[in-house]
Amino acid sequence: MRITCPNCGERDRREFYYQGDALALSRPAPDAGPEAWDDYLHNRDNPAGETRDLWFHEAGCGAWLVVERNTVTHAIHKATLAQKVKR
Amino acid sequence: MVKLIALTPCEGLLPISEGGIAVTEVVMDQLVSVAPFDGKQKATSDALKAQCGAGLPAANRRHGAVTWFGHGTWIVAGDASLDGLAAVTDQSDAWAVVSISGAGVEDVLARLIPVDLRPHVFKTNHVAKTMLGHMSVTITRTGSAAFEVMAMRSMAATMVHELQVAMRGVASRA
Repeated sequence: MRITCPNCGERDRREFYYQGDALALSRPAPDAGPEAWDDYLHNRDNPAGETRDLWFHEAGCGAWLVVERNTVTHAIHKATLAQKVKR
Repeated sequence: MVKLIALTPCEGLLPISEGGIAVTEVVMDQLVSVAPFDGKQKATSDALKAQCGAGLPAANRRHGAVTWFGHGTWIVAGDASLDGLAAVTDQSDAWAVVSISGAGVEDVLARLIPVDLRPHVFKTNHVAKTMLGHMSVTITRTGSAAFEVMAMRSMAATMVHELQVAMRGVASRA
């Protein structure tokens, strides 16, 4: 499995650390209420198919990436700097 | 006052050579990391250019004393005064820096580093942040058969050992 880092180019998966759903970037407003916060902190989908995850280029440039991939085919479609993802 | 004796990171470990490949220590008297604040990258680059003759190179490149050092970070061999422009952190003594050179040096590095370092792909002053074995390193091509490898100082002995084993492996197949 290889991920194309926007800074470094195509790199082996061993350089990356997996964090979890990129939903973590969509932080609710402080006053959004307990339900929104509960959902944000604890509830995640577990899709068979397309996902958007956060990965850390730990042994490379140290950037956080949003990686779009397919858990069924293992295809990786796109990696974007988390810094540049609209929230 | 006690007078301490300074030891370089690879003191007692280098130089070594095997099969025409030599590894020597590159002694860095001063190193600072430079991380420009939001929107200050251009100003930081201009200020650095005035101070050390080289601005901030693009990602994966080195320009003079300034080397790309990861996302939004550069490392400068020397000092930098960038108040209000960038976070400047003294990293002197934090890094073990070695030079590895000789004909076929790419074959030695190919045993350890999962990045294509062949000369037509990875040219002089190209930089990669990647792994050497299991450790994070910054590797720069400094010449037609010469590279500089930077690892954390605590990893100096491991880095030298990994390089030596790879050099022996390549030499034994010659």
